[in-house]
Amino acid sequence: MNTAQLPGSTPSAPQSVPLMVEMRAICKNFPGVIANDHVDFDVRNGEIHALLGENGAGKSTLMNVLAGLYKPESGVIKIKGKVVNFNSPRDAIHAGIGMIHQHFMLVPSQTVTENILLGLEKPRFHLNLREFDRIVFELGERFGLKVDPRAKIWQLSVGEQQRVEILKMLYRGADILIMDEPTAVLAPQEIEDLFATLRAMVAEGKSIIFISHKLQEVMAIADRVTVLRKGKVTASGLDAHSTTRQELAKQMVGRDVIFHLDKQPKKPGQVVLSIHDLHADNDKGLPALNGVSLDVRAGEIVGLAGVAGNGQRELAQTITGMRKCKSGRVELNGESVANRSALFGILRGVAHIPEDRTHVGTAPNLSVTDNVIMKQYRQPPLDNHGFLNMSLATKFASKLKTEYDIMVPTVETPVRLLSGGNLQRVILAREISGRPSLLVAVQPTRGLDVGAIESVHRLLLEQRASDAAILLISEELEELLSLSDRVFVIYEGRIMGEVKIESGEPAPELIEMIGQMMTGTPLEKVHVGKAEKHV
Amino acid sequence: MSESAPVSVPKRSRRFPYRFHLEPRLKEPPAWYPAAVSVGAILVALVIGGLVIAFAGGNPFASYAHIAKASFGSIGVLSDTLVKATPILLTSLACSIAFRMKLWNIGAEGQFIMGAFGASAVVLIPLFPPETSAWIVIPTMMLVGMLFGALWGMIPGLLKAKLKVNEIISSLMMNYIAVSWINYWIFAVWTEGGFQMSKVFPDYAWLPRLLDYAEQIPFLRGLTTHAGLLLGIVAAVILWLVIYRSRWGYEIRLIGDNAQAAEYAGINITRNTVLVLVVSGALAGLGGMSEVAGTVHRLQTSPIAAGYGFTGIIVAWLAKLNPLVAILVSILFGALLLAGREIQPSGIPKMIQGIILVCLIGSDFLMRYRLRIERIAEEA
Repeated sequence: MNTAQLPGSTPSAPQSVPLMVEMRAICKNFPGVIANDHVDFDVRNGEIHALLGENGAGKSTLMNVLAGLYKPESGVIKIKGKVVNFNSPRDAIHAGIGMIHQHFMLVPSQTVTENILLGLEKPRFHLNLREFDRIVFELGERFGLKVDPRAKIWQLSVGEQQRVEILKMLYRGADILIMDEPTAVLAPQEIEDLFATLRAMVAEGKSIIFISHKLQEVMAIADRVTVLRKGKVTASGLDAHSTTRQELAKQMVGRDVIFHLDKQPKKPGQVVLSIHDLHADNDKGLPALNGVSLDVRAGEIVGLAGVAGNGQRELAQTITGMRKCKSGRVELNGESVANRSALFGILRGVAHIPEDRTHVGTAPNLSVTDNVIMKQYRQPPLDNHGFLNMSLATKFASKLKTEYDIMVPTVETPVRLLSGGNLQRVILAREISGRPSLLVAVQPTRGLDVGAIESVHRLLLEQRASDAAILLISEELEELLSLSDRVFVIYEGRIMGEVKIESGEPAPELIEMIGQMMTGTPLEKVHVGKAEKHV
Repeated sequence: MSESAPVSVPKRSRRFPYRFHLEPRLKEPPAWYPAAVSVGAILVALVIGGLVIAFAGGNPFASYAHIAKASFGSIGVLSDTLVKATPILLTSLACSIAFRMKLWNIGAEGQFIMGAFGASAVVLIPLFPPETSAWIVIPTMMLVGMLFGALWGMIPGLLKAKLKVNEIISSLMMNYIAVSWINYWIFAVWTEGGFQMSKVFPDYAWLPRLLDYAEQIPFLRGLTTHAGLLLGIVAAVILWLVIYRSRWGYEIRLIGDNAQAAEYAGINITRNTVLVLVVSGALAGLGGMSEVAGTVHRLQTSPIAAGYGFTGIIVAWLAKLNPLVAILVSILFGALLLAGREIQPSGIPKMIQGIILVCLIGSDFLMRYRLRIERIAEEA
């Protein structure tokens, strides 16, 4: 079906294969971020097309545009050859697009069938649940999605809940399924089941878009791969069977200009943080850390590289006492800190720059003063026999405001009015002013502008110079390479390897090595350079 | 179907000449703004209330004048207003501290009743021989009253902390248990000649009232304001200091604003959940003690379980959880309660209470958003 000529539309796919989805030059901005920058993407009939990229690369944004959740600023979407203009997810569903989100949208106290029927116009009055139970059951059988239609959602495992989400979309007649990181919440066996289902669905003529940042899975399931990095397509529709993991890793991680920082050579001191064979679960009770061992010495920055969701968050929480571990050792200056409280660490000089500035790092409606005393209000001189010395607290806050360039009219201003960079300065000021012996910094520059990033980097190096042990957890490879003395790479809760960073420009091979480790290749199996074909 | 073109709205011949825009506030409003908004909201509420009175066939101006006279018109009624304000003040303080931590204690009513029970038990068991000095009896009543209130607050606290039971439900249900509990005692054990009330307390178990000093100062004759008001004001000042100046208050504010951040700062949320509900219950319990020892002077269901705990919720909220402001708001609500006795139908002051609450809570919207009014240009 031919529609009007559209600017920017460049039909590139072979005419013989009908395109289920054709997205051309999609642009989507968020305040301060270009999430999608002229992205082209297409899906053929009956294929699994993987959308690969790091967190924040724009994968979910692109798919939310396709599913009608976001309206793009510009660009054209064609479904089965027809130009569409979605105003809501309902429009997208009518066009046959079903998105299965990372966070399930199910009602826990209702049954599987009830959840599937929820929001549909039919049946209008009389609901013969038995009849629909049978329909749902048969639908499940057809696609290998085994789930009891009468079970209540809360009784189901995460994997089963995901099946309900898929069934929901199939029931609505979706023939293009978007799976947003479907394996993130699953146990290994459940992943196998999911893949079997996906293959069954493709065999029935459905098309699937598989969002992931895990190379291994992409190679195992996808027919074609499109890679996004920082909102742009770096590899478009590669044949998954003729590409290599190395190639994909390179496209995904990329190579960017390295910042030049004034990092003085320094001999590290004694071991401050020592972690041995640490095991811990994530919030869902699935293993997140599977035997992590690493150490950080005084006066050095140790980087932890990895794609988000590979256990970094859990590791930081276990070190800072906010998460219990199942087994293993965490020692701070020789003293065990595992399975103690957050307070235990705070009193022993553990500082923590949390990943989530607004929800964990600060109390939004309290003043700058209240926020900077969060870690020190217990000890004199701020504590005065159970009362707070407020004038001293104000003075302390004003001092930090000047020292750390926190742009805020007064220290009485609630921190919710601060920009991301200023908020991060508040957190850094608080954490560093306590003269920590260990600083755990998680994504300290995420979402900050260039100026703020530089000041954060400078502060971290100052702490290194004054002999603090720093564990820097980041997804920004450039940041890790320019700041760290050593870098560990984590993948699925395991350390893939450790590399030493020499000062100066890091070799491209090094970046490639880390990129491969980040996507699941242990150090000893990493191949760099020309010998790519053998993996 | 194709590119979205700007849609032209069909022009209607007559249009409202202004357009309203709501915009989120990006800057903190000036210091006078919250107070001005609150006063404005009360004025709007009074206008709405006046319209309803007019609709019901009354004269709003006369009604308001009458309410004012009935509550503040003379030193006598002012004293009565303060008597009504006292239990409200203490329950509102109880709610303030709990709400500050975002613990929705709806059980101040039950804690109030249990406080009254505890204080009464001291007199009715009796714990002391007749004619014991008031200096011993009254403090014991306060202590036991607070203890029982604290116990009634601790139960939802423990359930919340240990088992994550929703405190709104559990504290609400505890209210009904408290009513039944005192009913049992006044029906079965402490009944006064078959009536559903205990005997009147001996005078050494009465909180001192202004009229007790009428012999020295004749001006005070007939004034029933009692020492409970003083307890309430002292409690308010102490609570203000605790919340805004103490380490513990800082922890409560931090948990209330962002529990995750509090956890990150090493604060024990479980322990504070129990502790705050215990203190909240103790404050409400003190209110119950003050009411039974200052006004009712016997254990009796209807004047004690009169809904002070629920009014306290409203007052705490209107005072923006500030204990010192709660003193003023309690007096306003005491006045409205008193006016209910004077005005027929007595529903009118209750209605005004409700309208004031709705307007004040609604006005909170203006703290976060600003209204921009724009005149639409006339198009020829």
